[in-house]
Amino acid sequence: MGKVILEVHDLKTKYVTRFREDVYAVDGVSFKIEEGKSLGVAGESGCGKSTLALSMMGYYFPPLHYISGDIIIDGKNISGLDPDVVRKTILGTEIAYIPQAAMNALNPTQKIIRFVEDVIRAHNPKADKKEIRERAQTRFAELGLPKEVLDKHAVELSGGMKQRTVIAVSTILSPKVLIADEPSSALDVTSQKMVIKMMRELMEKGYIKSMLFITHELPLLYNVTDDIMVMYAGQIVERGSAREMVFDPIHPYSHGLMGSILVPEEGTRGTTLTAIPGTPPNLKKPPQGCRFAERCRYATDECRYHSVPEKQFDEGRGYCCRLSVDQLREAYKNE
Amino acid sequence: MSETRERKDYTNSPLCLSGRGVTKIFGLGDKKTVAVDHVDFDFHEGEFVSIVGESGSGKTTLSKMLLGLINTSEGEILFQGKPRNISSGRKKREYWKGIQAIFQDPFSSFNVFHKIDSVLLDCINMRGGRMLSHEKKVEMMTEACSFVNLKFAELTNKYPFELSGGQMQRLMIARIFLLKPRILLADEPTSMVDACSRATILDMLLDLRDETGMTIIFITHDIGLAYYISDTVYIMEHGRFVEYGKADEVILNPQAAYTKRLISDVPKIHEEWDLSTVELKAE
Repeated sequence: MGKVILEVHDLKTKYVTRFREDVYAVDGVSFKIEEGKSLGVAGESGCGKSTLALSMMGYYFPPLHYISGDIIIDGKNISGLDPDVVRKTILGTEIAYIPQAAMNALNPTQKIIRFVEDVIRAHNPKADKKEIRERAQTRFAELGLPKEVLDKHAVELSGGMKQRTVIAVSTILSPKVLIADEPSSALDVTSQKMVIKMMRELMEKGYIKSMLFITHELPLLYNVTDDIMVMYAGQIVERGSAREMVFDPIHPYSHGLMGSILVPEEGTRGTTLTAIPGTPPNLKKPPQGCRFAERCRYATDECRYHSVPEKQFDEGRGYCCRLSVDQLREAYKNE
Repeated sequence: MSETRERKDYTNSPLCLSGRGVTKIFGLGDKKTVAVDHVDFDFHEGEFVSIVGESGSGKTTLSKMLLGLINTSEGEILFQGKPRNISSGRKKREYWKGIQAIFQDPFSSFNVFHKIDSVLLDCINMRGGRMLSHEKKVEMMTEACSFVNLKFAELTNKYPFELSGGQMQRLMIARIFLLKPRILLADEPTSMVDACSRATILDMLLDLRDETGMTIIFITHDIGLAYYISDTVYIMEHGRFVEYGKADEVILNPQAAYTKRLISDVPKIHEEWDLSTVELKAE
C-alpha cells in the first residue's frame, strides 16, 4: 500500500436555506486516496458529488457550512480553517479544483497570464513578473499548450482549449490533490479526449499526486480512474476498482447506475436500459433507514426502519447494504 | 438487461420527410459560411433516425430548416411526398401540427409564467379538444403524465421551474404524447440531464414511437446513444452527410474516416480507450 495523500474522515457539511432549514448534502463521507492513484465519484444529479468536491477544499461560504470531520492532505489537517487562510495556503499548493463550466471561470477582460500571476501571487506576493512568465511558459509547453495562449483573452480560445488552460493554470503550483468536477461534460468527444490525456500527463509527470474525478459518465470513469466510488444521498454506498464496479456492482444502486451505460459497441443495442425509478430523497429530512430503500426493489421493512451497518471505504472493496453479496448477485441473475 | 426490444425494418414504409439538395448559407461574399451543404435524406414513417456530428457540423441548422424556423438557401424539403409549403404564418401553423420538437435546454423551453396545467391544456386545445369537458381534459392530462412516469396530481398548479431537468424533459414528452405529431424532432434532449434520467427519457421516446408510429429524428453528438436508440444513423461532418445507413452497419463497420474517429474518441468498456490518437498541441 502506497503513501496516503488524501484522507477524508467522516466529513459532514450542510447547506442552510433561506428559511433556515438544514440540508445535509454530505453526510459522513470517509475515504482515502494513495499517492499516484485516482478515484472517481459517480452518482445521479443531486446526490452530493459536487458538494463533496466543494467541501473537500475546506473553503466554505454560505450557504455551505462545515459541521464535522477531517480532511487530511499529506498529514496536514485542513478542515475547519478560516477561508482566508485556506485561500492563501491551501488552494493551489495542496488542493486544486477544476469546475465544470471552465468557460465561465475565466474573466473575459483579462489575459491568461494575469490568472497565472493571480494564482502564484496569492501564495508569494513578491513573485517577479518575468519569473512567473517563464514558469508558465515551461509548464504550458510541457502540457502541449502553445505559449501564445498566455497573451490571449479567454474569448479567443475554443471550449476545449479554455478547459485545458484552466487545468494548466490551476495546477501551476503542483498541488497534491486535483479535484475535477465534470471537467469534460460540456465538451465534444475529441476535446474531451485531449482534456483526459492532459490530466494523465499531469499525473505521470508528477505535477499532481492524486486525483478525485467526478462525473456521471460511467464509461469515462472506467477509462480514467483506478477506483470508482458511488455516492447516493450524501453518502458513499459502494467503492471498488473500476473493473469490479462496472462489471460486478454489488449495491442495488450501483447496479442500477451501471445499467444505464451507453457505448457504441456490439451487443449494447437491443438491450433495455434499466433506469432506477423515483428520485433521490429530500435531504432536509433524510429517511431513517437505508436511504435507497424507497427506490430499491429488494428492500425489506428492516431496510426501511433500521440503519444500515456502517462500512469503511479505506481500501479495496466495500459496500453498504443489509443483503449479502451472494443474495444480491443471485437477485441480479434472475432479473 | 435481458429484455430486448423488437426492431422492425422501416426502409419500406412510406416516406415521411425527405430532402433534396438542402443547403443553408449564412453571410455573403467573403464571410460566407456554408452550414449545410447539399444534403439528401429520406426519413420513413415510424423510423427512428439519428443525426450524429460534432459541434459545428450543422446538425442544429439542419433541424431548424426541417422545423421551418429558418429558410433553406437551396434545395427543397418534401413532407409526406409533397413539397412543403410554409410561405404564410397560417400554413406554418398547419405544418407544425405535423412536426414538433424537444430542445436541448429544458429550462428555457417552457414559459415561466405558465403553469404546467396550461402547458398541457394548450396541447389538448390545439388538437381540437377545446370543447371537451374539464373531467375529460384532466383524464387526458393524467394519462399523458403517467405515460412519462410523472404524477399529474403532484404537478397541477406548479410552475415548470419547480421541476428538475429530467422531469421537465419528461413533461415535454408528455406534451408530444398529447399532440401526437407525425414527426418529432429531438435536438440533444438528453445532454443536460444525468445518465440515469437519460435512460428513462430514451426508453420513453422508444415507447412513444412504438405506441404512435411517429417518425423521430434524434440529433446528438453521442454516438453510443445513437447506436442504442436508432434504426438509421446519418453521420454529419462540415454540413455534409459523410455516411448513413442502418445503425448496426454504420457503427460496427464504419467506412468514413470521420465516423471511425468519432467512434474511437468515445470511452468504451470492453476495449481499451486509445489516447494516442489525439496530440496535445495547438488547435
